[in-house]
Amino acid sequence: MQRIILIILVLFMFTSCNKDNGVSQVQITFKFSHNWDGTAVSNANFNSIIYTNANGEDLSITKLRYLISKITFEKSSGETFILDGYNLVDVTNNTNQSFTPITTIPDGDYSKVSFTFGFDNDDNYNENYIDLNSASWNVPELLGGGYHYMQLEGKFIDNTTTETGYAYHTIRAVDNSGATQVFQDTFFEVDVGAVNITNNATFNIEMNIAEWFKNPNTWDLNVLNQMLMPNSSAQIMMYENGQNVFNLESVNQ
Amino acid sequence: MKTWQVHIIIIFFVCFSCDNESVERYFATPSSLDIPKLFEDNILAPVIPIDNPQTVEGIALGKKLFFDPILSIDNTLACVDCHAPENAFTDSDKFSDGVDGIFGNRNSMPLFNLAWNYDEKFFWDGNTFSLEHQAFVPVTDPFEMKSNWTDVESKLQQHAEYPSLFEKAFGASNIDSSLVTKAIAQFERTLISANSKFDKFLLGELNLSPEELNGFNVFMDEAKGDCFHCHGSDKNPLWTDNIFHNNGLDETFADLGLGAVTGDPADNGKFKSPSLRNLEFTAPYMHDGRFASLDDVINHYSQGLKNSSTIDPLMKKVDQGGVGLTDKDKADLKAFLLSLSDYDFINSK
Ligand code: HEC
Ligand code: HEC
Repeated sequence: MQRIILIILVLFMFTSCNKDNGVSQVQITFKFSHNWDGTAVSNANFNSIIYTNANGEDLSITKLRYLISKITFEKSSGETFILDGYNLVDVTNNTNQSFTPITTIPDGDYSKVSFTFGFDNDDNYNENYIDLNSASWNVPELLGGGYHYMQLEGKFIDNTTTETGYAYHTIRAVDNSGATQVFQDTFFEVDVGAVNITNNATFNIEMNIAEWFKNPNTWDLNVLNQMLMPNSSAQIMMYENGQNVFNLESVNQ
Repeated sequence: MKTWQVHIIIIFFVCFSCDNESVERYFATPSSLDIPKLFEDNILAPVIPIDNPQTVEGIALGKKLFFDPILSIDNTLACVDCHAPENAFTDSDKFSDGVDGIFGNRNSMPLFNLAWNYDEKFFWDGNTFSLEHQAFVPVTDPFEMKSNWTDVESKLQQHAEYPSLFEKAFGASNIDSSLVTKAIAQFERTLISANSKFDKFLLGELNLSPEELNGFNVFMDEAKGDCFHCHGSDKNPLWTDNIFHNNGLDETFADLGLGAVTGDPADNGKFKSPSLRNLEFTAPYMHDGRFASLDDVINHYSQGLKNSSTIDPLMKKVDQGGVGLTDKDKADLKAFLLSLSDYDFINSK
């Protein structure tokens, strides 16, 4: 039996790239790049106060990492393909800025391609991710548990001209003020539009970091700089500002 | 064993079976690490280099070397003198004295759960990659054992027991420095601490006191201790991130720490977050042993923070010295930290 399985596997390896009904399986890569209102940002630009946010505060970035999950391809027929896995983009260490899930999809026309910023509630609470735990990415049980969506940290010049730290951490919003925790979802779907897939494809996604401070909520770092995880109204504002941070720059295939 | 592994082994066997190899390769007895359940369930597997698998003979040899002053120039100082079991493998000095009685400028570090340091950056400033490489350093460090490897190798080679122990561990009668460090690294990987009161609480075996529980909440509360961003948590039971930060000890730096290693001023004053396990046995604290007690450490985070350009953004209300914990929260935080003491670990080695 084991020998038969091996033979089948080998045959499968040789045949898996063949076209079947004119449809072939393609591999999808998501590449993430970052900018501040159009100026490219990498870890080489970290640690210096060289950016100015919409509210006029000068600031630096010292850490940026965020989680994306559920890359989804949807056909106009409604058929959907969800690529396995999630990816912790780590700009600080210049790792995981490119993500190629193992699942392949058939080529063809897709009416909608999307991914999730953070984890939806299913993914957030129903599994214990040892790689994310090892990266200290978990959220305290006091705040409902699950995982961070983003950690953006740095320094800004406050209104007493002192260099002060900020920790813009996004999680699922939770209001702990009453007798029971009140949650509000803050993960969101990023819709990158319709794409005709003809081959292995790389989606170049850009994040404009300045957007986190801009629209619709002009972010005042003097008021909202640290201890934002337990602050559910701040979390909701981050969620609102997050709607416009991602953009599909191009698809290479 | 999985089917594909069997197949690979068979394929290897087929490829090599006709060789006329005259020398038989020696294999010591494999000894897998005893991985604690909480680690198994919550974090990634430990790092064990493929060219230095754990073996019964290698570990035993490493342990003997670790406790043996033969590695020092005048046979007076062993690793264990600065890394003592009763101190969770550190010592109780601010700075440790080497063979000449000269003091270094850093506090000795406790040794446990080192195989889970995934980035493998060792020392307070992370200047050495991998445990094998680390073990080269103290032997020749003038502030520590002040030896040289030619000497050590020949002392070991002429020793009554070592040649046969190396033979058993590595199948080599010729003792060289790389085998010495491999054996020591194997021993160090077996130093695993995961049996504290808090571990037992997480495993559902006992309850914490209300003070310890509140202390844990202070630790996990971003508006209070906010320690979990750097020092692990119930989900990261190493109780460290093994990453380098400036936790606000100084305005200017006598010791640049990571900055001296990378040459990047943005890294000045950054040191590796230590694990908070076994603090009960590891005083004094910080890279320079400046704090004699846990009260001093907690007061530092609560009201003693000093601003600098590289202080970590997670350090809060720095202009006021910190978030100003209440006396009760401080006492409870300390009680929680002490629940991470693993008596089994210090008694068993
Ligand atoms: C004279 C005291 C002394 C002796 C002897 C000594 N050490 Fe150390 N050890 C230290 C000090 C001090 C540090 C921290 C030094 C630094 O960061 O610059 C350290 C750090 C370490 C670390 C790094 C731990 C970590 O988590 O990064 C390891 C591993 C270690 N020693 C192993 C050994 C071994 C193995 C020996 C024997 C071959 C040894 N030490 C001998 C004092 C000593
Ligand atoms: C920004 C990351 C960070 C945060 C947050 C943080 N620490 Fe630390 N901690 C460090 C670093 C880095 C060191 C070592 C600093 C040095 O020696 O220069 C350290 C050292 C310590 C030590 C000394 C351990 C030893 O073996 O010497 C203790 C105890 C400690 N921290 C407890 C805490 C507690 C309690 C909190 C929360 C109130 C906390 N830390 C918050 C990074 C952090």
